[in-house]
Amino acid sequence: MKQGLSRFFRNLPAVFGLVVLLLVMAAAILAGLLYPGDPFAMVGKPFQPPLSEYPLGTDMLGRDLLAGILHGARTTLLVGALATLIATLVGVAIGGLAGYFGGHLDNFLMRLTELFQTIPFFLFAILLVAVMGASVGSVIIAIAVVSWPPMARLVRGEFMSMRNREFVQACVSLGMGHTRIIFLHILPNTLSSIIVTGSLMVATAILIESGLSFLGLSDANAMSWGFIIGSGRTVLRTAWWICAMPGMAILLTVMSINLVGDGLNDALNPRLNSA
Amino acid sequence: MSAQPPLLQIEGLTIDLPPQADRRHAVQNLSLTLERNQILCIVGESGSGKSLMSRAVLGLFPSRHVQPSAGKIMFDGEDMLRVTPERMRDLRGNRISMIFQEPMTALNPVLSIGAQIEEALAVHQRVDRKARRNRVLDMLNAVNLPDPEKILQSYPHQLSGGQRQRAMIAMALMMEPDILIADEPTTALDVTTQAQILKLIREIQQKRGMGVLFVTHDFGVVAEVADRVAVMQHGHIVEQGLAVDVLDHPQHAYTQALLGSVPSLTPGPKRDFGSDKVMLAVQGLKKSFVSGGGFFRGSSREVKALDAVNFEIRRGETLGIVGESGSGKSTVARCITRLLDADAGSIQVDGVDIAGFTQKELRPIRRRVQMVFQDPFGSLNPRRTVGQLIAEGPIVHGTAAAIAWERALELLELVGLERRSADRYPHEFSGGQRQRIGLARALALQPDILVADEPVSALDVSVQSQVLRLLSDIRKKLGLTVLFITHDLRVASQVCDSVAVMLRGKVVEYGAVADVYANPQHPYTKELLAAVPGKNWSHGREGLVLA
Repeated sequence: MKQGLSRFFRNLPAVFGLVVLLLVMAAAILAGLLYPGDPFAMVGKPFQPPLSEYPLGTDMLGRDLLAGILHGARTTLLVGALATLIATLVGVAIGGLAGYFGGHLDNFLMRLTELFQTIPFFLFAILLVAVMGASVGSVIIAIAVVSWPPMARLVRGEFMSMRNREFVQACVSLGMGHTRIIFLHILPNTLSSIIVTGSLMVATAILIESGLSFLGLSDANAMSWGFIIGSGRTVLRTAWWICAMPGMAILLTVMSINLVGDGLNDALNPRLNSA
Repeated sequence: MSAQPPLLQIEGLTIDLPPQADRRHAVQNLSLTLERNQILCIVGESGSGKSLMSRAVLGLFPSRHVQPSAGKIMFDGEDMLRVTPERMRDLRGNRISMIFQEPMTALNPVLSIGAQIEEALAVHQRVDRKARRNRVLDMLNAVNLPDPEKILQSYPHQLSGGQRQRAMIAMALMMEPDILIADEPTTALDVTTQAQILKLIREIQQKRGMGVLFVTHDFGVVAEVADRVAVMQHGHIVEQGLAVDVLDHPQHAYTQALLGSVPSLTPGPKRDFGSDKVMLAVQGLKKSFVSGGGFFRGSSREVKALDAVNFEIRRGETLGIVGESGSGKSTVARCITRLLDADAGSIQVDGVDIAGFTQKELRPIRRRVQMVFQDPFGSLNPRRTVGQLIAEGPIVHGTAAAIAWERALELLELVGLERRSADRYPHEFSGGQRQRIGLARALALQPDILVADEPVSALDVSVQSQVLRLLSDIRKKLGLTVLFITHDLRVASQVCDSVAVMLRGKVVEYGAVADVYANPQHPYTKELLAAVPGKNWSHGREGLVLA
């Protein structure tokens, strides 16, 4: 693990990604301090371009864009992180059980996973939010529901190959129980792949969240990047910055998470791409 | 004759390793010559640089960080290290060809054998299709492949390991090269197949007067084929000379140690267990594997891995199960340790039949039957410390952690490792040390029966002899009953009291080692014993003897 960390910090793009990601997190944490009050509040004249009265300008109702983006970082990161966490837990549990026990259980769980994968994930997410009502909670659940199948398949594969490794057979012949073998012996060895996939999943979750709020399927009381883009799209030709600024925020965040994920992959699984 | 320059002359060859490697040079200041019509064996243990050296002749380096920094490889007036890439391509496969260890990976799985052999011809010569085809057929005949017409159309996965290696040899010989480089060509093969391939290489070499550079780790193979031998250690040649001289009168201490580690084929003195209690008795053990089948795939195929296997081991006795790959010997081990469930038959441990036990009923039995695995790298969890690995078994069975830990430290000493190894991780140890750790883990539960599945097959011969000595000492000290699975008849002769020879899931011969080796009854046992490489050389020499 120590070696992994030093490998990570020698990887320049990954470090850059980490710095950007930390900045986004700082924005989310400091939003309340820098811009106390409601980001939906109308503070000035509408359609002010960037670098005038407000650093990033205002939208068509005169709301401060920078305040919106900083507060939006909260929603975005919260949704991305929580949805990924839930999806990872569900995916690891289902994939782990299927891969470890195999047989009928595996068959059942994998058919279930495939069932989820047959539905286009974005449409499925829209449907779920539409049914559950637009709130931060339902967006998180919707994203988690559409994101766990790839994780389950990955973990199943890892567990299946570990199951037949000699060190796991040695555990069985020592008389260990399933719980101990799964949690102490197999899981730690699959952790690096789970972390890598999970980190990339955060990026996808953020994109889905932005897409949903662009379509207006998000919590009406929570500012988010997708919402700003959605509301600014009608004035794209006259006030480009309303869409461009939150768009840049999404681009930077998703890119930084991908860079960090790739960096983690190189650092934790060095054998996969040792040249 | 003496006026003619040697076929291949390597002078002062030095190959650098990348800066982070454990030594600076893979091969250092190495010189050797290969004459026409001669087989030169390069022997050495893993990491000695023997493979790298042989590949350097064809300019095959594993990465751009591993490159020659000094020396010459002279072939037919040209320095192979300095020829242009075009010229090198011209020579490769044409004047010098190579065969590899693993015939499955060295052949392209999506091309038919015929197409692959023809390719060598098509690259180097302009011959029309029909003539090419005839040449290929001749070649397949020359390497004694049955039904060449059919082999021509086959794909690599449809052939057996031996057939694939024959096809590789046919491909290598297609252009009638002056030099054949063989890098462990028989290591992945069963012993009877190995004997055939060695004979084939010898015959073809003599018929064509080729020079053969034969890389191997096995002194038995050396005794079988070599005219000359060069022994390598840490990138140097420590000794070279005529095969008979080196094998019978080794001069260098390293060669002597290596030769002394080769187990003798003559079994040790007989131990008598006539009246002792039977610790493990297996009767009518059956196990089949079903492959294929399912919704759309039609009928399934059933393979009988074990077909009514019977044997018994008395307290303190060691039974060896010998056989070739696919004979079912590992399946026996896995059924006895209940990693696999047998289809039928009984497995009696100290009089109790455990074949039908549930996992829960098995738990108290588990500590009495322990297993040592083959792969020293795969059998230890890389994320646990050595101490945790050894102490874990007793802890699972209810021993207090402190006591289990103390016992783990004692066991480390017993298997010849230091106590402070307990806090380190498996990757910090060599293959032989890992096998010791695996043994300590198995012994931690104080078992009565030890099942060892090819415990030394992955080890170099000198390390193998140390582990075998340790196993033999511990067996005596603790009075262990051992089931020892191996494909190596030399190892079996030194470790086992009795042997069961397996062929396609059946025990075809079973008896005391000395009796079976001296007077084999079943034709397959005879064939196996006859195929042991270097058996003639073994007779009357002293090798590793465990008593």
